[in-house]
Amino acid sequence: MNKIVTLEMAMEHIKDGMTVMIGGFMACGTPEKFMDALVEKGVKDLTVIANDAGFPDRGIGKLVVNKQVKRLVTSHVGLNPEVGKQMNTGEIDCELIPQGTLAERIRAGGNGLGGILTPTGVGTIVEEGKQKIELDGKVYLLEKPLRADIALVGATISDKKGNLYYNKATRNFNPLIATAADLVIIGAEKIVEVGEIDGNDVMTPALFVDYIVEV
Amino acid sequence: MNAKEIIARRVAKELKDGDVINLGIGLPTMVANYIPEDIDVLFQSENGFVGLGPAPEIGHEDKDLVNAGGQPVTAVLGAAFFDSAVSFGIIRGGHVSATVLGALQVDEKGNLANWMVPGKMVPGMGGAMDLVVGAKKVIISMTHTAKGKSKILKKCTLPLTAAGQVNMIVTEMGVMEVTDAGIVLTEMNPEFSVEDIKKVTEAELIIADDLKKMEI
Repeated sequence: MNKIVTLEMAMEHIKDGMTVMIGGFMACGTPEKFMDALVEKGVKDLTVIANDAGFPDRGIGKLVVNKQVKRLVTSHVGLNPEVGKQMNTGEIDCELIPQGTLAERIRAGGNGLGGILTPTGVGTIVEEGKQKIELDGKVYLLEKPLRADIALVGATISDKKGNLYYNKATRNFNPLIATAADLVIIGAEKIVEVGEIDGNDVMTPALFVDYIVEV
Repeated sequence: MNAKEIIARRVAKELKDGDVINLGIGLPTMVANYIPEDIDVLFQSENGFVGLGPAPEIGHEDKDLVNAGGQPVTAVLGAAFFDSAVSFGIIRGGHVSATVLGALQVDEKGNLANWMVPGKMVPGMGGAMDLVVGAKKVIISMTHTAKGKSKILKKCTLPLTAAGQVNMIVTEMGVMEVTDAGIVLTEMNPEFSVEDIKKVTEAELIIADDLKKMEI
């Protein structure tokens, strides 16, 4: 089964109104070519689930500046002032989630869990509308799983089957979102023959991967 | 010595050999400059590694190696990388010895507000809520006042980052510990008097019986 496709072919799967998870942390590990391609394609009304809103000119920020994001589910938007502006004008709906909770909700979504219990956010506005559960004298919030239609993953190396390796700090949310979407598309800096990444070094097994684009 | 340097130098003295430390952005980052040479401290970067090193020389930046603010950094020998779930497992699981953060407000119950000002600044909490709940020790490093107004209050008025998690407050005026009885001034910068400090502190300040000179 050939998973390697062109950038254009990969982007055809992303349609108006879809929920898209995007990897990266302040644009480090974000598949930047996918961001540029989405801006060019002009797909709109997206719900984006990602760690942060990047910078106005880097990472997910480009989609926000181009007003393609209707809803943003994220932990931090402070380095992209455009999000604040669009929140004030009502153009974007932004749900802020503690970073560790966001990671665990995505992990739960990809790992068949009905939710997770975390002490993070207890006693703050994060607990509003959520079920609180007391276990052995400690209070936790029940946080539900997150899933998406598409995951856009940035990898340093992919083999031809889609076994992935992430260099240094590019790993962040990438292996998590690769488990939690109906269709998983990889933007790999380099594609190598199967076997060139030793099985011990594979960080995301190919079974999670649908398409690979060399970017 | 300016206020920020005094604070950073004093916080650095809290760190012990073998500690895993997470430093917030801004003033807390300065703490790394004053770690005693005879102790081994590992810095965690919540975007996914331990072994955070100083900024690289200009021209030697690695696009794959940034800190939680997205700025280029280096990694020390023995650094280890992981995904965001492991990173916050380390944080929430109590494997971080201490987190050093700034604050907008702290109060007598150890409540902390440092992530938003409604209607003005809503940057998002990032990893702060998890860090404050999960780290074994929460050290607030901040200037004692903001534009002359007290930041150490009877009760926080801004939305909280976490309830009852702050252990220690270090400012240019002194060192305070948050106890069940309230905020105790344990060390004082000799440039100030107890009255000076009380004047700019809204919270009730309990003066430790063995009040010491702030060592920096």
